[in-house]
Amino acid sequence: MTATPETAVPDSLAEIIDDFQAMEESDRLELLLEFSRSLPELPAEIADRPELLEQVVECQSPVFLSLDVDDSPEHRVSLFFKAPPEAPTTRGFASVLYEGLNGLPAAEILAVPADVPDRLGLTRAITPLRMRGMSAMLGRIKRRLAQHEKLAQQPSQP
Amino acid sequence: MSIAADTSPKFTAYAHPERLVSTQWLADNLDAENLVLLESNEDILLYETGHIPGARKIDWHTDLNDADTRDFVDSETFAQLMARKGITRDSTVVIYGDKSNWWAAYALWVFTLFGHEDVRLLDGGRDKWIAEGRPVTTDKVVVEPTEYPVVERNDEKIRAFLPDVVGHLGKGPLIDVRSPAEYTGERTHMPDYMDEGAMKGGHIPTAKSVPWSKAAAEDGTFRAREELEALYKDDAGLKEGDDVVAYCRIGERSSHTWFVLKHLLGFESVRNYDGSWTEWGNAVRVPIARGEEPGNAPS
Repeated sequence: MTATPETAVPDSLAEIIDDFQAMEESDRLELLLEFSRSLPELPAEIADRPELLEQVVECQSPVFLSLDVDDSPEHRVSLFFKAPPEAPTTRGFASVLYEGLNGLPAAEILAVPADVPDRLGLTRAITPLRMRGMSAMLGRIKRRLAQHEKLAQQPSQP
Repeated sequence: MSIAADTSPKFTAYAHPERLVSTQWLADNLDAENLVLLESNEDILLYETGHIPGARKIDWHTDLNDADTRDFVDSETFAQLMARKGITRDSTVVIYGDKSNWWAAYALWVFTLFGHEDVRLLDGGRDKWIAEGRPVTTDKVVVEPTEYPVVERNDEKIRAFLPDVVGHLGKGPLIDVRSPAEYTGERTHMPDYMDEGAMKGGHIPTAKSVPWSKAAAEDGTFRAREELEALYKDDAGLKEGDDVVAYCRIGERSSHTWFVLKHLLGFESVRNYDGSWTEWGNAVRVPIARGEEPGNAPS
């Protein structure tokens, strides 16, 4: 079992999961819609440089993500998402990840379990297939982080 | 009593013009007594961001697919759904949706399995209505539940199953409506879309490739009759009287093509193989052709 990395859900993301779980299924969709409305616009320095954006091809709609790792000892991560307004489900997923993970240390994001999207309790209403889009976003964030040059030079604490 | 058909000149050229309504017709008939407007999208939350006034939401997955079996809902469940949406057996149902009515056509095809007589598509769908600056609202629609009879679902005429398609090889034309890369076998799912899992890539031997979107113009409306004739008859070789089977990946894109062949071009016998590539590409020992050529039926 030593090969399995420790996983943990950060508090900010755990709170969102609790909010979803506390609701009836139909209200969960309403909450996801609210999230889709609150996804921030890309900052100009990212919006002007499309080469920084990676498309999440597993999603049903054109959604792009990017991230930035700062120089603090914790390597705090800024997340950026771009998804069109006519794709509210995808925007909602992106917004949940943004609210739950933005600004956290890289190690905490890397430790987020892969099944977190399933814990929102949306799978039945949204369908497993559609949920895969959110898993793909999380997977791509973690992959990008794992390959990030700032983290490669300075491995996380033992 | 059904509501008078849209008599737009573009539609009268089609074999069954009464199956389409224009955005203007809909605007004029929004308050018609017997009309029920349904929105069917790929994105499950899109309706909530704003819909045509009075439109009710229908979800292809949670409303029309069986929860457990890979099949459509049964007769009782369909009747309950209709009752919840305020639809009676003689309602004029107009369906519209995102992505050139792709999911709207799928819903219409399922309504047809249950023999709902008067079901039509809004030409151009959601995007055209919005592009024209017509009103949308986020107001909740209050529906007075109705009575809808439990009618038997009749799959025979417009739905093909895997054994039907195996038996069809070499006897009648097949239309593959997926993207060219899916047809050749270069990939097993749509570009930019998630992989729903098929073990093998390629197409059903003898199937001609006519990507569904070729039947739609840039504004999401259906192409004119003569353009559709050129596409399916001149290019793909379909002939009057052919027994046609269309397929895609899960049967949704081919519903759009089914609508075109059946209602716009007037082919009598058109079936949608909804098992499509996610079944055929996983089935054991069915023949598969790769590359750009349709390939031959097994002897």
